[in-house]
Amino acid sequence: MAEIEVNQGQTLEMRRPLSPHLTVYRPMLTMMMSIAHRITGGALYLGTVLLVWYLLAAATGGAAFGFASWFFGSFVGQLVLFAFTFALLHHFFGGIRHLIWDAGYGFDKDWREYLAIGTLAASVATTLILFIAAHLA
Amino acid sequence: MSHDPFSIRSPASKVSFLGAAKTGTGDLWRMRVTTVALVPLAIAFIWIVLRLIGKSEAGVRAEFAHPCTAIFLLLFILASIVHMRVGMQSILDDYVHAPRVKEWAMIGNLLFSIGFGVTAIFAVLKLSLS
Repeated sequence: MAEIEVNQGQTLEMRRPLSPHLTVYRPMLTMMMSIAHRITGGALYLGTVLLVWYLLAAATGGAAFGFASWFFGSFVGQLVLFAFTFALLHHFFGGIRHLIWDAGYGFDKDWREYLAIGTLAASVATTLILFIAAHLA
Repeated sequence: MSHDPFSIRSPASKVSFLGAAKTGTGDLWRMRVTTVALVPLAIAFIWIVLRLIGKSEAGVRAEFAHPCTAIFLLLFILASIVHMRVGMQSILDDYVHAPRVKEWAMIGNLLFSIGFGVTAIFAVLKLSLS
């Protein structure tokens, strides 16, 4: 075996082999959906502040409810709610995908891709449907 | 602290709580259970939100007067507290390595999750019972 070249300045820490990182892979849909699942989870975590705000405002009533109502009805508020809805639905379908995996199904080459595409398609479609339904109502 | 005479772990690693804590599957199981619970509860949550959109204060109160609104929201909040705490914990486990920062982040995560839950539960109860 060939000797591994080590520069003079390298410490032992730097010479340690690393497990493959994100940067060595060509972006794949399954990988993107996994990252999106984590990001949407984090976003929903922060989004709980919005839910608490609305519930507290409604429980307080008066000006507090008026302000919350105005915000969620405003352009910025609608934009935030659209992102929140997408995050919730993406995480919802991603969660179902994880339950399927936990049951031991969907690991083969084709089904991995189907589930990734399905997560993306279902979350985009349901977000649009919900927003259209909410605006028509 | 165990006193296993056959343990090969060094005294130093024992006091710094390194190695298996023997409770490793608890959070994994909590995540599974809350994921299963949140599938129907998230649908209920979305349904409730859709009904609340554009409602006046009186309209919102009327929605909360129905026991199903309160019960499903409370269940959704309860499952979410555990789900978000465990989920954020795994993110912290993966990305935060500095010991002091990690400890504070974990404390913050637990307190934020409980704070969210208690506040939301209080608001729902106040809306439904008053």
